[in-house]
Amino acid sequence: MSFWRKLACVALVLVLGASVAANWLAPASYAKQFRDATNAAPSRAHWLGTDEIGRDRFARVLYGTRISLLLAPAAALLSTLMAALIGGLAGYLGGVWARMAMALTDLFLSLPWLFLLITARALMPLNVSPLVSVLVTFLLLGLLGWTAAARVLCTTAGALRTSDFVRQARAVGLPGQRLFWVHVVPNLKPVLYAQFWISIPVFILSEANLGILGLGVAEPMPSWGSLLKELEGLVSVGEEPWKFVPLILLVVVVTSFQLLLSKQEELPA
Amino acid sequence: MRSLRWKIAGHGLALVATVLLGGFLSATLVRLAPGFDVDERELDPHLNAQSVQALRDARHQDRNVFKFYFSYMNRAAHGDLGTSLALGQPVRTLLRDRAPLTMRLLTMGLGLAWLLTLTLALSAAWLRLSVYDTVTTVVSGTFLCLPAAVLALLSVLWNVPGSLAIALIVFPHTYRYARNLLVKAYSRPHIITARAKGLGEARILFWHVLPVVTPQLLAVAGVSVSLAVGAAIPVEALCGLAGIGQLAWQAALARDLPLLVNITILVTLVTLLANSGADVIGHVVRGQEA
Repeated sequence: MSFWRKLACVALVLVLGASVAANWLAPASYAKQFRDATNAAPSRAHWLGTDEIGRDRFARVLYGTRISLLLAPAAALLSTLMAALIGGLAGYLGGVWARMAMALTDLFLSLPWLFLLITARALMPLNVSPLVSVLVTFLLLGLLGWTAAARVLCTTAGALRTSDFVRQARAVGLPGQRLFWVHVVPNLKPVLYAQFWISIPVFILSEANLGILGLGVAEPMPSWGSLLKELEGLVSVGEEPWKFVPLILLVVVVTSFQLLLSKQEELPA
Repeated sequence: MRSLRWKIAGHGLALVATVLLGGFLSATLVRLAPGFDVDERELDPHLNAQSVQALRDARHQDRNVFKFYFSYMNRAAHGDLGTSLALGQPVRTLLRDRAPLTMRLLTMGLGLAWLLTLTLALSAAWLRLSVYDTVTTVVSGTFLCLPAAVLALLSVLWNVPGSLAIALIVFPHTYRYARNLLVKAYSRPHIITARAKGLGEARILFWHVLPVVTPQLLAVAGVSVSLAVGAAIPVEALCGLAGIGQLAWQAALARDLPLLVNITILVTLVTLLANSGADVIGHVVRGQEA
């Protein structure tokens, strides 16, 4: 493992560890309002200052990181499973099923990702409780983000279907269902792992975009998207530099994932 | 020639299927949207029972699912895309008013992105300096790790035009592919030989490199249109530019589904056309090369 990948691992473990330990590290709850200290600058009591309604920014960053870092992998897992089911099965069955799956994924992929997301998000109710908004946001990411992975899996499963060992297994009379689960799916695992890791930074960035546009996680629940929305009111970069901490954290995490991914992408397809 | 015709026919079929599917989806959402089959005029206390009944009868046609879909598609085919629930204006008028700004923004943004991409990728392939390569990769990688909406916010903060924000959102995606393609093309044995024999850089580029990489670059160009269109939402919404991206954002916030779905169909058609165009031109270029 190279130095940069080790550094990426350390950065991810530190950020994840801090967010998981938010209950102990944060000086207050993410929703607690210090009414006498609104828009405060960093101090010993509030390391990153407070927002316009007096909530401790450091606590919100920790809890927001926890939400983004725990739910993005969950959404990635959902999208990878859907891709495996749709793409893998279509590729294994081949013929008209594979063509139908490819046509569907092509249609989805021709639509800009952010357009698809905001259209789907608008179909869901917007005035829901914060917890439901978190679930809806990440569920949408998981349900809509399977197409690119399905395309890769369909092609891989199609190649496996015509491979010698699958033909031999079929020739000795192995039933189709057993053939799929015992011989095809295990060979799709490396691609599935790679797709899972690729999806995580994509979903983190997508949630941030949705949050800044006001279509993500609802207040008072923090997420990187809603924390970055604070940048909207800035007049200059040097004015309140501590407001850039969520952005720096996001860039560090996404960069770390990208560095680790460069290893994942080397896995055999 | 025959394969080209088949290719064009395939893309045409995909476009027609998208329009039909999109129209069906749009009509379904209009039917499911809150307020469908409700006329607030019925609440007017001045109207008697017969008048209210007359209003209900007027909407009778829409209750039949098949008649509803047929009349919706028929109206859409004649350019009537319905009325925005939130803005109370015809969708067609809204799209017509806002399209020019978005088109201008996208054209300038894509132009800038490709200018930056080709300049940096070509210089990386020509110079072959690891320091230069590392710097450009780090710069493009950093932009890749920034959410599009953050770049839009920073463009407001630094008072730079929205087209530059779109260019910086698209550039890291196109740069990675273009750089890899060009570096690979320049490391081909016949190009190394041509360089060793003292052939001019311009001649190598136009005679030996571009014919090889053009079809793949065209495919990336097709995809970059989709990226730019997606980037138009945060850039227009956060920079206060009254284009189609901002309209889509406002429609999403107001849950104006008829408007949002019509915009989505339009955007899908634009990106499909761009991808199809890139594919067909790439096919022609490959054919000429062969």
